[in-house]
Amino acid sequence: MLNTDKGVNKSNFNATGIKCLKYIPGIYSMIVSMDLELKDRPGQLVQALKPLSTFGANIMSVLHHHDQRTPRGAIPVQVVFQLTNGKLNDIIAELEEGGVRIVCVGKKLMYEEVTVILIGHIVHSDMGDTIDQIDSTGFAEVVSLSISMPAINEPSSASLVINAVDMAQLGKALDILRRVALEKDLLVIEPIEKDQLSVKT
Amino acid sequence: MKTIRLSIIGFGAVGQGIANALLQKQEYLESAGLNLKVVAISDSHGACIDLDGVDLEAAIERKKESGSIATSGVMSLEVIRDVDHELVVEVTPTNIDNGEPGLTYMLEAFRHGRHVVTSNKGPLALKYSQLCDEAKKNAVHFRYEATVGGAMPILNLAQDALAGNKIIAIEGILNGTCNYILSRMTEEGLSYQHVLGEAQELGYAETDPTYDVEGIDAACKLVILANSIFGMDVTYNNVEVTGITRITPEALTLAGDEGMVIKLIGEVKDGENGEIMVSPKLVPEQHPLAVGGTLNVALLKTDMAGPVCVTGKGAGSMETASAILSDIIAICKNSH
Ligand SMILES: NC(=O)c1ccc[n+]([C@@H]2O[C@H](COP(=O)([O-])OP(=O)(O)OC[C@H]3O[C@@H](n4cnc5c(N)ncnc54)[C@H](OP(=O)(O)O)[C@@H]3O)[C@@H](O)[C@H]2O)c1
Repeated sequence: MLNTDKGVNKSNFNATGIKCLKYIPGIYSMIVSMDLELKDRPGQLVQALKPLSTFGANIMSVLHHHDQRTPRGAIPVQVVFQLTNGKLNDIIAELEEGGVRIVCVGKKLMYEEVTVILIGHIVHSDMGDTIDQIDSTGFAEVVSLSISMPAINEPSSASLVINAVDMAQLGKALDILRRVALEKDLLVIEPIEKDQLSVKT
Repeated sequence: MKTIRLSIIGFGAVGQGIANALLQKQEYLESAGLNLKVVAISDSHGACIDLDGVDLEAAIERKKESGSIATSGVMSLEVIRDVDHELVVEVTPTNIDNGEPGLTYMLEAFRHGRHVVTSNKGPLALKYSQLCDEAKKNAVHFRYEATVGGAMPILNLAQDALAGNKIIAIEGILNGTCNYILSRMTEEGLSYQHVLGEAQELGYAETDPTYDVEGIDAACKLVILANSIFGMDVTYNNVEVTGITRITPEALTLAGDEGMVIKLIGEVKDGENGEIMVSPKLVPEQHPLAVGGTLNVALLKTDMAGPVCVTGKGAGSMETASAILSDIIAICKNSH
């Protein structure tokens, strides 16, 4: 039912209100915490951190546990870094290739999300194109779309969830949406600003 | 005992509400050392004048029976100009095209050295600075708490109770009719047209609902807040306004799925490009702005006190009279 000829992936968007999430690197900033074991030899740490910089990770902290040597004499090190390009597997592969032992990896996705409601002749207005425009920014993505259509020729309503790396990118995505809505005579209902009184976010 | 002589210009729901309030609160006012004496009441037909104090009970009775308050052919403007008194209560209908007749009434009152208390948004939404300048020039008080949010104290809250704070932004529901319609649509899953009809039957919406449902009323109130609290110089025409006529029950359901409700929110922010806008917004169900029924609500964001929220009845004869009476009392206390 949704206009899909502009390349919108049917499996991600449907008119029944079912939400599907896809993962696109770049939309999410990821905080990774890695426990490594380094041999007690000069230059080990530099070598271990090299793949991180190669793949654009932003190192947030490095913790040495000299007092907790393993039975084999290795030193446990915890590194925490931020990654916005999804290259975690490349980093892991390169570390292993260099002989660094990875004990465990923890990750947390960080992103900003907004839900908006649209009202109007959404189906006739080439929603696919609108979503493409947002997705093509590379930093924001429509992760879910639910459309509700009461009857033919009556305005339909939709809820749209947009994710972005940060508030600035989210703002840009909303600007695109507002501009398209104006052109296509759709009403956009945005959330009120978050504040200390928001019980729920 | 301090005696203040008043005229009530306009004797509809609010005008009569004030007369009733003055009757009910006589004892309280006496104990506060105040004698509020109504020396004239007028409507579109004429006026009744009594320098010893109009019999308010008889006046309400006469208006109910004959539809007119007039016992003389003296018209409102002559009352304002020629009858000796200190304070004009201006409660004629709101007109957002040119502010009349209220605008002329208020300006004339100031020029004759009389304080003005009003619930009439029109003149303030169009000619705020002119009105304030004229009041200042004549060294009289001008108060209008009842123009925004009816019984809900917001101007006096920001200016008196929160004095010293910088108000950063205000957002809220400033129109009870829209809130009623959206709340009912949410609860019952009914269409806009259906609920509008119901609201008209119940007297919550006018026969011509444009002024409320297109967000015009909320925008006028926002203008008053922007000018008086943020010191802006804006008129109704500066507000970006979207009403509620396009809201569908499906949109409300979709919002509900996300734990949100849709409300017509007015918001004004301080600053150079101070935004001023009325539009439907998504509000989390547990948020203090998510009040139902015909209630009004306002959230003030302040620098010292943080967020402060008030909610209350935005309209009604006695509710509006409450805000007007508080303004009258404030003037009595601040004038000599
Ligand atoms: N009702 C509320 O809950 C509420 C809440 C907040 C603010 N307000 C505002 O308060 C004001 C009064 O509201 P209301 O509900 O009392 O309205 P209303 O019931 O329509 O009463 C208006 C009164 O003004 C009189 N009037 C009309 N044209 C006049 C003129 N040219 N000169 C003198 N008097 C004139 C009318 O006379 P006739 O009786 O001869 O027609 C009537 O008595 C409005 O500006 C409204 O927006 C009302």
